[in-house]
Amino acid sequence: MRPIDPGDVQARIDRLKDRDLHLHLEMTTGAYTAHYDQTKHQASVFVTNARVRFSRGSVAGQGPFRVGLKTENGWVYAEGLTHYADEETERLIMAGHDQDGKLVVALQLSPSPF
Amino acid sequence: MGGRLVNNILVVLPHPDDEAFGASGTLAMHIRRGARVTYACLTLGEMGRNMGFPPFANRVTLPQIRKAELEESCRAIGIQDLRLLGFHDKTLEFEDPDVVDGRIGQLMEEIRPDLVITFYPGYAVHPDHDACGAAVVRAVGRLPEAERPAVHCMAFARGCEQALGKPDVVNDIRPYLEQKIAALQAHRSQFRFGSLPGRGRMSESEFADWLGTERFWTYRWPT
Repeated sequence: MRPIDPGDVQARIDRLKDRDLHLHLEMTTGAYTAHYDQTKHQASVFVTNARVRFSRGSVAGQGPFRVGLKTENGWVYAEGLTHYADEETERLIMAGHDQDGKLVVALQLSPSPF
Repeated sequence: MGGRLVNNILVVLPHPDDEAFGASGTLAMHIRRGARVTYACLTLGEMGRNMGFPPFANRVTLPQIRKAELEESCRAIGIQDLRLLGFHDKTLEFEDPDVVDGRIGQLMEEIRPDLVITFYPGYAVHPDHDACGAAVVRAVGRLPEAERPAVHCMAFARGCEQALGKPDVVNDIRPYLEQKIAALQAHRSQFRFGSLPGRGRMSESEFADWLGTERFWTYRWPT
């Protein structure tokens, strides 16, 4: 994973436009957040291998970055993205890491299932 | 059970690295005394949010990286038999209990352990820990009372000592710290040894005592 290069990520988003894709979307505060600090509200969500197709997609912000994908009947949105896997050729793997390197948010698209 | 010899141990835990914190010294001790250990790890911890320090893994590569780390940890401890059961991290409590219990039941039948190590259901913080412990307890509970192996459970929920009392199995594993530290260090995507929980909150000697002591509660069957 390396820090997001918005130009490169935009090009990768464009290559996935109007295709049937598998989506992994995730956000987490961590599984031990409330255990270590009872004042914290612990939450996490993930959807893996949802089928999506988007007609318009872009990366926005100065970093951390946002990504929005306009689908037929709605949207896919993620904020806080910092890194992407530049070695991937078919898939787009993006994540947001906090100052400790822990994953907070992930947005991934792939023609084949994860 | 610190002094008693056991021959066959079945360890059932949900995530790679669960063995390292609370049970690696105990397992190394039993193995040194001749025990054979089968470790059934239910998931690959594929939803972990630690990706290395600095990050070297991502959501896609993490499962294979954690599998290799787990294998390294098992080698460090001396565990002879590692089984990967292939469930998905964070989903154990939503699986069909018959499927999970059935897999554990099959292993029980095959291995006939005289000791089972897992998490204490309800007192192990992470939903996968609790679901894993609950499945083990159900699978063992199907056996006639006289045939049930001892089930030693790890617990660390807030207030667990108020609910369960003091742990009845307290192992001094300081002679096996080398194996324990090697097991912890094997899980390099998950934590740095220098920043383990407790470090910073404890003095160095408290930390050494914490690391060198492993605590279990023998599961108490409802009467």
